[in-house]
Amino acid sequence: MNIIVCVKQVPDTTEVRIDPVTKNLVREGVKAIINPFDMYAIEEGLRLKEKFGGKVTAITMGPPQAEAILREAISLGCDDVVLVSDRGFAGSDTLATGYTLSKAIEKIKDYDLIICGKQAIDGDTAQVGPGIAATLDIAQIAYVRKVEEIKDGYITAERATEAGYEVVQSKLPCLLTVVKEINDPRLPSLKGKMRAKSAVVTVWKAADILAEESRIGLKGSPTWVLNIFTPPPRSKGKIFAGEPQEAVDQLFESVKGLLH
Amino acid sequence: MIDYLLTEEQTMIRDMARQITDEKIRPVAAEYDHTEKFPWDIMKVMGKSDLFGVYIDQKYGGMGGGVFELCLATEEFSRGCAGIAICYSASALGAYPIILHGSEEQKMKYLPAIAKGEKLAAFGLTEPAAGSDASAIQTTAEKKGDHYILNGTKHFITNGGEAEIYTIIAMTDKSKGPRGASLFVVEKGTPGFTFGKKEDKLGIRASATRELIFDNCKIPKENLIGREGTGFIAAMRTFDMSRPGIGAQAVGIAQGALDAALKYAKQRKQFGKSISTFQGIQWMLADMATETEAARALVYASAREVNAGKKDVGTHSAMAKLYASDVAMKVATDAVQIFGGYGYLKEYPAEKYMRDAKITQIYEGTNQIQRNIIAMGLIKESAK
Repeated sequence: MNIIVCVKQVPDTTEVRIDPVTKNLVREGVKAIINPFDMYAIEEGLRLKEKFGGKVTAITMGPPQAEAILREAISLGCDDVVLVSDRGFAGSDTLATGYTLSKAIEKIKDYDLIICGKQAIDGDTAQVGPGIAATLDIAQIAYVRKVEEIKDGYITAERATEAGYEVVQSKLPCLLTVVKEINDPRLPSLKGKMRAKSAVVTVWKAADILAEESRIGLKGSPTWVLNIFTPPPRSKGKIFAGEPQEAVDQLFESVKGLLH
Repeated sequence: MIDYLLTEEQTMIRDMARQITDEKIRPVAAEYDHTEKFPWDIMKVMGKSDLFGVYIDQKYGGMGGGVFELCLATEEFSRGCAGIAICYSASALGAYPIILHGSEEQKMKYLPAIAKGEKLAAFGLTEPAAGSDASAIQTTAEKKGDHYILNGTKHFITNGGEAEIYTIIAMTDKSKGPRGASLFVVEKGTPGFTFGKKEDKLGIRASATRELIFDNCKIPKENLIGREGTGFIAAMRTFDMSRPGIGAQAVGIAQGALDAALKYAKQRKQFGKSISTFQGIQWMLADMATETEAARALVYASAREVNAGKKDVGTHSAMAKLYASDVAMKVATDAVQIFGGYGYLKEYPAEKYMRDAKITQIYEGTNQIQRNIIAMGLIKESAK
């Protein structure tokens, strides 16, 4: 069971600032971490490896500094890591990123499962995972909250929906994006950290993965960002205090008022 | 905090323990204190992170460090919860007799599981009639063919009932007094080995403290650690190694209490301003910080001496345990004072530090016994 986990380096803050002029995320002075949703992807990969054997390869596209999060992936237990890094990738939107990662995955070749976090906490698009599956032309199950079974070349998983969940079966290889309900990510181990310190991080450039120039970076990114803004903070909820009957009556009146 | 010039690996151990403390221990410390449930969840996390092996040789699956590394982890855990921390460090206390005096076979058999945190260890010396007077132990081990038969009761045993591996002191020859004591490994589940009630304690309530009852408990003769008659000396050497750990626990408690008091003093407003602007509070905080740092320096110095393999570390490790535990008690009490009325409430963190601190002045040799050890060391040294 060979598993590829896609991870992203994101700023360590939930209060991401956006440059009002360039509309880009302000990354300076903010510590970079593994995208929290990707931690669930790593954990699931490690658990499946512990169950079925094989290996887990963590892969990221990013600047040379993104090496740090790959070392963290090793300290958690990932066997191999690949950094896909090239100046030519700068300005990639989700389409170009999905394409680039899928080219790197094609180069890794031998895999049964690709696992991604459901989305990154900076861009929140949730598009790269499905984009990789589409480019590779393999099946995908998004928003997986539980892997039920992997048997005879098939995977059965529960995917969370707004109303509940669906049980989906797919042929392998397959790409999953996972939600936080799927597991409780482990902390790194001391031995893992020692290994991470001396591990060699493989770096692949655009040419190494045979990426077409027209499909990477700005050229390969059809997305036009017109505006990005911080949504207004959610206003405080209203609390109806008092006896239950009284409070319910007030709540009912209030909702009725909204409907008119 | 003073820069103690830790090695890269020591820094890694401290940071790892700190992460576990902040992410896993702090959120549940009050709950474990209240329910007295044994913190197996946390033990598992510590085990998976390799922290149970920091003082164990790499040959047996450990990280190859020593008492100092054990102290670094224990201090961090104690900042979050001294009760949970002692479950961790009591396992080391149980393992040390095997490390110091065990045979290669015994080390291979027991240490890897302890290093991985798969099994906890515990040390059994104290008895109802043998506390400070450790030489008064009544538990006997009678040799019969290929076996020893153990009879007697140990009490106040940390990790009792939860641990799988127990190192036990019993008399193989009562007529010889302390020289008739021997050390044994007894595994949980051995017929004739049962546990008494779990004690309801003032502090360190997440930890389990139980009686160990040996009723014609038959163990193979291979479970003898070292030779017959060396048990008392082995126990004293074990305490020489473990005392800095209690010092580290005390430093962690003091630091945790200080951090809580400082945070509260900055938030709490009286007479129109934060109470941290009052000199009376400032001087308390300054003394708390200074004494905590002094205790840390002494604990680290004594632990490093142990790591370096120096002989006669007893006096200094007794000083570390004595001083740090007295500081922990004082700092925690002052933290409660700074919290005022809120400090007396269980809803706030201060009172737990105070309850947890008290035991560090009592166990692993009361602070009065520590003074005896220090004085004996002084007198012996001056006679040279």
